[in-house]
Amino acid sequence: MSLDRREFLKTLGVAGASLSGVSVFGKSTTESESEEYYAILHDITLCEGCQECEVACAAANKLPALADDDYPDSSIKRELKPDRYSVINAVETSAGEVYTKQQCMHCAQPACASACLTKAMEKHVEGPITWNGDKCMGCRFCMLSCPFNMPKFEYDSNNPKIGKCQMCFTRLKEGGIPACVENCPAEALIFGKRSDILREAHRRIMDDPSNYVDHVYGEFEAGGTSWLNLSPVPFEELGFNTEIDNRPYPELTKGFLYSVPSVFVLWPALLLGLREATNRDTDDIAGEDEK
Amino acid sequence: MSEQILAKVLQPAPNRWKFLLSELRPKGKLLTPFNIISIPVILLGLVLIIIRFWKGLGSITNLSQDVPWGLWIGFDVVTGVAFAGGAYVLTFMVYILRMEKYHSIVRATVLNGFLAYLFYAGALLLDLGRPWNVINPIIGNSFGTSSVLFLVAWHFMLYMLAELIEFSPAIAEWLGAERARRILKSLTIGAVIFGITLSTLHQSGLGALFLMAKGKIHPLWYSEFIPVLFFVSSIFAGLSMVIFEGSITQRVFAHQLSRGSHKTHNEILRGLAKICSVAMFAYLFLKIIDLIHGHNLSHLSTSWGAWYLVEMVGFVILPLFLFIRGVKTGGPFIIKAASFITLIGIILNRLNISVIGFNWDAVDRYIPTWMEFEVTFAVLFLEIWIFRWVLHRLPVLRPIEEVVKSQTIDRS
Repeated sequence: MSLDRREFLKTLGVAGASLSGVSVFGKSTTESESEEYYAILHDITLCEGCQECEVACAAANKLPALADDDYPDSSIKRELKPDRYSVINAVETSAGEVYTKQQCMHCAQPACASACLTKAMEKHVEGPITWNGDKCMGCRFCMLSCPFNMPKFEYDSNNPKIGKCQMCFTRLKEGGIPACVENCPAEALIFGKRSDILREAHRRIMDDPSNYVDHVYGEFEAGGTSWLNLSPVPFEELGFNTEIDNRPYPELTKGFLYSVPSVFVLWPALLLGLREATNRDTDDIAGEDEK
Repeated sequence: MSEQILAKVLQPAPNRWKFLLSELRPKGKLLTPFNIISIPVILLGLVLIIIRFWKGLGSITNLSQDVPWGLWIGFDVVTGVAFAGGAYVLTFMVYILRMEKYHSIVRATVLNGFLAYLFYAGALLLDLGRPWNVINPIIGNSFGTSSVLFLVAWHFMLYMLAELIEFSPAIAEWLGAERARRILKSLTIGAVIFGITLSTLHQSGLGALFLMAKGKIHPLWYSEFIPVLFFVSSIFAGLSMVIFEGSITQRVFAHQLSRGSHKTHNEILRGLAKICSVAMFAYLFLKIIDLIHGHNLSHLSTSWGAWYLVEMVGFVILPLFLFIRGVKTGGPFIIKAASFITLIGIILNRLNISVIGFNWDAVDRYIPTWMEFEVTFAVLFLEIWIFRWVLHRLPVLRPIEEVVKSQTIDRS
């Protein structure tokens, strides 16, 4: 028999799922068993703020090189820009000056990709979320939806692009690792499968609880992200947004989207019924029939 | 099928071309106060639009990385579509519930709704960074079906088609295409039912766009019930627009209206006011439940709370009270005043969610440039121009016989 019972049921299930309408979250919801997302850990206690990652990022993504006077300083806040996918900031904290790194968090269930009406923002099974200029119409709904405010838009161009970290997707495809990780001399950045990286992060906290707060930023934020952070001080002190929901953001629109097919089936039927019910002519005919 | 009909409507009969050309000529005086204000505004708007496409969005707007949507989305699209809600409510009343009293205002309302969508979709194009890709959600390989905006985009498009079909008999009458008119007329009910369904979903969908902006919108305005609130408020927003717009066309196009129509118009106003008051009461009730359910009472003592109360008391409770008074006394003035206050309230509510209360705790607040306002007014005026052009020529306010009669007078 070419198709055993189990296979058959599985096929039926898949067919049923695809028939039942929109697959609201597509492949981004379920991490398939064989493929697990990659993740990157930034250990803030190890980071020396040398900007090697920024230089490597600019080179790998063909972005403009860093200006000489553009270095982390606790008196200023350096911002991500459409042509600056990763920034290091110096922050004065209760544990002295530390360096934070900001870039797209690569959520497991990204708000931006679920917001995108042209699938220009795409979540890949390896973990990265990439932007495709051939599809994007520049509506900036991804920017509105992203809880971390990561996608950046070129407001001063007549052919504007969305700029953000792509987790070096092309390098990953070729078997490489992200440029920032590869070029970090302090080993503050490590790259691997997400469960391994998470285990390592928790091990570091367990081994040295006095040097770390017991919080891996990104483990649960926005339903879990591929970028994880370890810090010596509470993340509020670093200016990280700690009010982010632990629920994946696409779930916020799930209820509404699920109601759409019901309305589409029920409303026309209800409206037709109402129109019939208010028809005086048919009432008269019914009355005559009763006689 | 529809292409065949279209082909019939647009039959290249030589007389018809001549007729169309003659219809393009302006009618009426050129130097009216409205024209003197609107022509420069539209021309300046066109210049700004050219600059915008040449230099990028940042050249004429104050949008930023933290505020991706500004006045053009918050007012032109989000508020404008609520104002255009009158068409689906009225077609529901007339074609589904068969309330014949309101039949006389259906055409003007549907036309207004259609033009509103046409121009707001147009305004949306101005806001798109890469408008040449606007076709992508419609062609096959780029369906972002998990996106609320995907739904809204499709619904805009389909609803415009539905409204065009609802209005098309008037076009056929104007062109004297009797057979086409009969066919188009037979499509009306289908278009109405389809249109109401689409409206339910995209009126609420516009609210659902902001659901993922949790934490960015002030908690007094952010709510998981935004879609329901947007839908319910679109009912009285749309009808208030019908009342407001009706009271203006009643004055401007008084010569087109028969003598008895003034009395029936007051009757219609009262009926619409009644529906508005019921819908507003439901809305107020939902807002109060939402306020308590969201544990937001503590915010009321802040300055944002005061602003919230201004919106709720001044622009929901007050017009609700005025609508009820108007229904009881039957006074058209009080109803018109109530509808005007309601419209201001809808602008406030939509802007509070999309612009004013957005990034409410940020240091750098977004304030639109004068150019963003300018372009908004240009779009609005252009729409009024088209609306006026159609009212002068097509059988919208008056039957086709009278249009023809007035034209022969014009020409003689």
